[in-house]
Amino acid sequence: MTKKQKKNLIRIIVAVVLMVALLFLPVDGIVRFALFLIPYLIIGYDILIKAGKGIINRQPFDECFLMAVATIGAMAIALVENGDYTEAIAVMLFYQIGEWFQSYAVGKSRKNISELMDIRPDYANIEDENGSLEQVDPDDVEIGTVIVVQPGEKVPIDGIVAEGSSTLDTAALTGESLPRNIKAGDEVISGCINNNGLLKIRTTKEFGESTASKILDLVENASSKKSRSENFITKFARVYTPIVVFSALALAVLPPLVQMIIGNNTEWGTWIYRALTFLVISCPCALVVSVPLSFFAGIGGASREGVLVKGSNYLEILADTKTVVFDKTGTLTKGVFEVTAVHPEIIDKNELLHLAAHVERYSKHPIANSLRAAYADEADECSVENVEEIAGHGVRAAVNGDVICVGNEKMMKSVSAKITSCGHEHTGTVIHVSRNSEYIGHIVISDVEKPTSQQAVKALKHSGIRKTVILTGDSKAVAEKVAKDLKVDSVYSELLPADKVSKVEELLSEKSQKETLAFVGDGINDAPVLSRADIGIAMGAMGSDAAIEAADIVLMDDDPLKISKAIKISRKCMRIVKENIWFAIGIKVVCLILGAIGLANMWVAIFADVGVMVLAVLNAIRAMFVKRL
Amino acid sequence: MKKTYKIEVDCANCAAKMEEAAKKTEGVKDASVNFMTLKMAVEFEDGADRDAVMDNVFKACRKIEPDCEIYYKK
Repeated sequence: MTKKQKKNLIRIIVAVVLMVALLFLPVDGIVRFALFLIPYLIIGYDILIKAGKGIINRQPFDECFLMAVATIGAMAIALVENGDYTEAIAVMLFYQIGEWFQSYAVGKSRKNISELMDIRPDYANIEDENGSLEQVDPDDVEIGTVIVVQPGEKVPIDGIVAEGSSTLDTAALTGESLPRNIKAGDEVISGCINNNGLLKIRTTKEFGESTASKILDLVENASSKKSRSENFITKFARVYTPIVVFSALALAVLPPLVQMIIGNNTEWGTWIYRALTFLVISCPCALVVSVPLSFFAGIGGASREGVLVKGSNYLEILADTKTVVFDKTGTLTKGVFEVTAVHPEIIDKNELLHLAAHVERYSKHPIANSLRAAYADEADECSVENVEEIAGHGVRAAVNGDVICVGNEKMMKSVSAKITSCGHEHTGTVIHVSRNSEYIGHIVISDVEKPTSQQAVKALKHSGIRKTVILTGDSKAVAEKVAKDLKVDSVYSELLPADKVSKVEELLSEKSQKETLAFVGDGINDAPVLSRADIGIAMGAMGSDAAIEAADIVLMDDDPLKISKAIKISRKCMRIVKENIWFAIGIKVVCLILGAIGLANMWVAIFADVGVMVLAVLNAIRAMFVKRL
Repeated sequence: MKKTYKIEVDCANCAAKMEEAAKKTEGVKDASVNFMTLKMAVEFEDGADRDAVMDNVFKACRKIEPDCEIYYKK
């Protein structure tokens, strides 16, 4: 609770106690009025002052004005009629209770949601000559400095582990609850929390360029982009209050005048009372606070799941998505090559991998890395000598005395080994292996689909996405195989970055105005498409900075399954926003009508104002809970 | 030139009114108030004196919402 909230809570309690006590006092007339004025002023003085200031500043149509007019009116009616001042005080009291609750609830959820997004590291530890740690501002740490991260601390700056091993909690960044194991030589990104071991990290970026800073920057600037619903509400509130005030005025004056003309009893008191009820009902707070709160809670909930949304307008657009277009490499596939098939001749599979891995022992080529990764115990007793890389061909080495060649067809030809076709069609790179000029088989290396890709496409279909498309620069055979595996509707291959843009434009023109198209990509070459599509979704962990910059939504853990999750989050959020808009306007309109015909008294009016707001705020907070979507 | 300031304001409607007031201030190209994060992002016109403009923005906001606060002074 803030100071202000505490003060207001005390005011509310004092006013309630005083009012109840006064009810038992047997006084009448002007003394009674004067006594009841005390709790009224205790609870309402700031509203009256604000209303006065509003009039002086020519900004009269705000809720303070409405409340001031309504309660002063009610006090006046009570003075002349029956001496029941409780109604006026109660209106002010409930208005203040409502304001208090709103301020408390919003403050609380603001805090909760900000905590979800809080990955800001406050300091970095640097070890001095004596081996003791010194805390410094992460802004002052230069690239290449070794920083120390103790267990329980956040990694402040991106870098490479120089010493130590540990597990990292990446939940704040990716929503992934499984900790990640890291050891010396591994890259770490800032914002992760070090779970157990002491880590020494050599920084590779400045603080401002590090992942945590960039993400924070992104989330903080998200605020400036408002959704259509938010803009609608702001505009609505601007025209709504004056309309209600003038209607109330008309309600107070016109019917008695008409009655007077036709010669009936004028009933001024009744109509003024109805007009005042009207004013109390009319306050637009429920709408004005609950809609931005829903979006804020939705964005907060999404970021907890590792989905960063750059503005509430994007949640709105995402909710209408019917077409999802993917880039292939790095988005649906891992973007790293792995051994996908081994076809040995003469020797067995394991032996073929074994030999190939040995030959590639010292090579830095991506293919060498994949071959080594495929054979776990490469560093065994075997002797590997005379390693020779032949550019454009492959690698040759003597393994246990045999000359082993690993390379392409040209290399096999040069050592006059005869390639035997295995009869399969391969999509990927085929690596041939020969032993002493004898062909012993081939290994196929290709990019593999992410384990969740197939499920991701299925989940998208399930959540009502009408069309899925792959756009890729890769060859037709590879692209079509991936599309078939994942059951993606259509595929366009061998595209240059510019072709991707024109393809997306074509797809944009095919769909109807109401529906939107999302593009999911990761590379620098995807940046133009990401900004061209209705909504761009970038893979954050693997993606290039350009892609993350151009995108509207960033998936922190590169999991394509999060796309459908993001869509579900956005839909839930939009559903809540719409519920609140309809609910609040609906109840208010009904109460206004009831008030005008005399069926609603001040108590109903208070419910229409404060009750609706409380319910709308509670509903809005629901947008934060997205874990089980 | 764009800058974000921390603000203090009680209700969402008041925040919306502050945004309106800031937008109308001379030297401000565009302004946006986020009630949830309590931040005001102001885009200044080229060559505008930021502190002077913010003085005016603050005055305009105080007029419509007497107990609001903008933290723009260093």
